[in-house]
Amino acid sequence: MAKIKYIEHTGKEHVAEVQNGLTVMEGAVQNDIPGIDADCGGSMSCATCHVYVKEDWYDKLPKKEMGEDDMLDQAYEPTSKSRLSCQIMVSDDLDGLSVYIPEKQV
Amino acid sequence: MIKTDVVIIGAGPTGLFCAHQLGIIGLKCEIVDNLDKIGGQCIELYPDKPIYDIPAVPECTGEELTNNLIKQIKPFKFNFHLNDRVQELTNIDDNWIVKTTSGKKFKTPNVVIAGGVGSFEPRKFPTKSAEKFDGTSVLYSIKDKTIFKDKSVAIFGGGDSALDWAIELSNSSKVSLIHRRDEFRGAPASVKKIKELSEKSIINLFTKYSIKDVKGNGTLEEIEIKSEEGKSKTIKADYVLGFFGLIMQLGPIADWGLNLDKKTIPVNTENFETNKKGIFAIGDICTYPGKLKLILSGFHEGALAARGCFKYARPNEKYRFEFTTASNTIKDRLGVK
Repeated sequence: MAKIKYIEHTGKEHVAEVQNGLTVMEGAVQNDIPGIDADCGGSMSCATCHVYVKEDWYDKLPKKEMGEDDMLDQAYEPTSKSRLSCQIMVSDDLDGLSVYIPEKQV
Repeated sequence: MIKTDVVIIGAGPTGLFCAHQLGIIGLKCEIVDNLDKIGGQCIELYPDKPIYDIPAVPECTGEELTNNLIKQIKPFKFNFHLNDRVQELTNIDDNWIVKTTSGKKFKTPNVVIAGGVGSFEPRKFPTKSAEKFDGTSVLYSIKDKTIFKDKSVAIFGGGDSALDWAIELSNSSKVSLIHRRDEFRGAPASVKKIKELSEKSIINLFTKYSIKDVKGNGTLEEIEIKSEEGKSKTIKADYVLGFFGLIMQLGPIADWGLNLDKKTIPVNTENFETNKKGIFAIGDICTYPGKLKLILSGFHEGALAARGCFKYARPNEKYRFEFTTASNTIKDRLGVK
């Protein structure tokens, strides 16, 4: 279990307790957090679950797998802190993770 | 005006199987889809990804599934209207007048919305200033490449569309290619060609840059691009092309007076009719207690919606349930002995 903080572009924060084994995307969808649509259902095919990972967390996450950066090319305003939240698996180690939801995605 | 029993919106697996069920019970339908090909998400998003939960099919790809569904409805000779989007639904007596963006009109008692998560639209620049040039000098697809002759064209993206057009247009235009990182996801041969053209200064290549602003009085004059470190550059441009793939949007469906629950349409589970008489919703776009977004659920929903359509298409006939194994009428419709 990990507490994940989802921050909207307006600064509004949502904290969700997400079970281990789920993805950060699933945590958002199950808790009705706006701006993470996950149209493709987590198959890394749509870039609608794009988030910016808080600076100090980015390097602590498992690295991107092949294909994630290709998909991020198609996201709105990707940066070097961009991830697809469907590719971030939740574990106890992620307790306290903060992610920002891109403005244009809402 | 095309008269038919049912207009199906969406040519994904759910829409295709619903068409099959309509054919089996003797109804006609016309199928409209915004994409240029049949198959919906299965073809557009994951043609090569294996699917493991189609009943009695241990494993197949999105493309194989689509091809088999097309084969299955072939005997009915239904018409597909691709590259077209249903824009308007108007109720006249017991019929719906269905208008598409290309100007086609249908008259039908039934509309089945099998629209997935909406229609695929090009993903646009997030920059507000790009909106006023949208469709004139900021473009997301190319219909007539001759307009770019001797012009400055700024192309954004790292996939095959961006690379192919950058190479093609560099013959007769001043091309700048801008991409957010050093790696490209396009075909290796195209990436190599781009690098050659860049070394020969035939195209200007800007990596690790993204759009910041689009400027011009009436006509587009220049664009500003920025790097993550805060550097910015100004590039002269008569046209800007963005190739960021497609995104699914609900689009005009939201304007038809249907009840909506976020981006889905609530339906009853008897025949998948919406709050509007004669409008049904099936597949990923519909919602009801216990809804599963699985292709197999879409098949079930399509079969029941087809029977719901029968009631309005043949008000004076009684629907008769028959098995394909036993019914000669069905075998005739399928053209099998």
